[in-house]
Amino acid sequence: MFQIILYFSLLVLAISLVLFLIRIIKGPSTQDRILGLDCIGVTLVGFIGIIMILQETIAYSDIILVLSILAFVGTVAMSKFMERGAVFDRD
Amino acid sequence: MKQLRPNDMMLQVSMRLITLIIFAFSFYLFLAGHNNPGGGFIGGLMTASAILVLYLAFDMKTITKAIPFNFTTMIGVGLLFAVFTGIASMLYGFPFLTQFFDYFQFPVFGEVELTTALPFDLGVYLVVVGAALTIILAIAEDDK
Repeated sequence: MFQIILYFSLLVLAISLVLFLIRIIKGPSTQDRILGLDCIGVTLVGFIGIIMILQETIAYSDIILVLSILAFVGTVAMSKFMERGAVFDRD
Repeated sequence: MKQLRPNDMMLQVSMRLITLIIFAFSFYLFLAGHNNPGGGFIGGLMTASAILVLYLAFDMKTITKAIPFNFTTMIGVGLLFAVFTGIASMLYGFPFLTQFFDYFQFPVFGEVELTTALPFDLGVYLVVVGAALTIILAIAEDDK
C-alpha cells in the first residue's frame, strides 16, 4: 500500500514536471522561464526524496542539498542578469 | 524607469546567511568523502558556489578585498599538496602515493581515523575551487 502511494506521488510530480516544461517552452517572457526552471529544481528535490524512501537509503540526501543550492544560485544569477544586464557588478 | 543604483538589501542580507550554510555544507562534504558520498571534488564545487553567491550579492571590488586569495595560486598549492603526499610515502621507502591510516585519541572527538588520503583530497579541493573561480572571474572581467 505504501509503495502504491509513493509511486502515485512520483506520477503526480512527473505530471507537474511536464506542466513546468510546457510553461518553459511556451512562456511569453523570460521571467516565466526562469520561474519554471526554479520550480523544476524544487520538484526534482521532492522526486529524489521519494526515490530515497522507495530504495530505503539515505545516500541521496547530499544530492538534495546540492541540487537545491545549485537551483538557488542559478535562479539568482539569471534574475540578476535580467535586472541589471550583467551578472557581476564592477563596483 | 530604471534606477541608477538599485537597492538590494534583501539579497545581501540573505546571502550572508546562505553563504555560511553553503560553506558549512561544503566542509561537511569534504570531510565525509571517506565513508559517505562526497569528497574533494563536490566539496570544492560547493565552496566555489558559495564564493560565487558572494560575488553575485556584492560588488566585485568588495569581495576581492574581503577574500584576498589569488585563485590561480590556489591551483598550484593544491597540486603541490597532492604531489607532496605522494612523495612523503616515498621518503619512508614505500611506492609513490602509498596511503597510511591510523587511529588516534582526541580529547573532544574521541577515536578518530586519520589518513594520508585527506591531504590528497585537500589538494583536489583547492584545485577545484581555484579552477572554477578562475574560469568564472576571467569570463566576468572580460569586457574591460
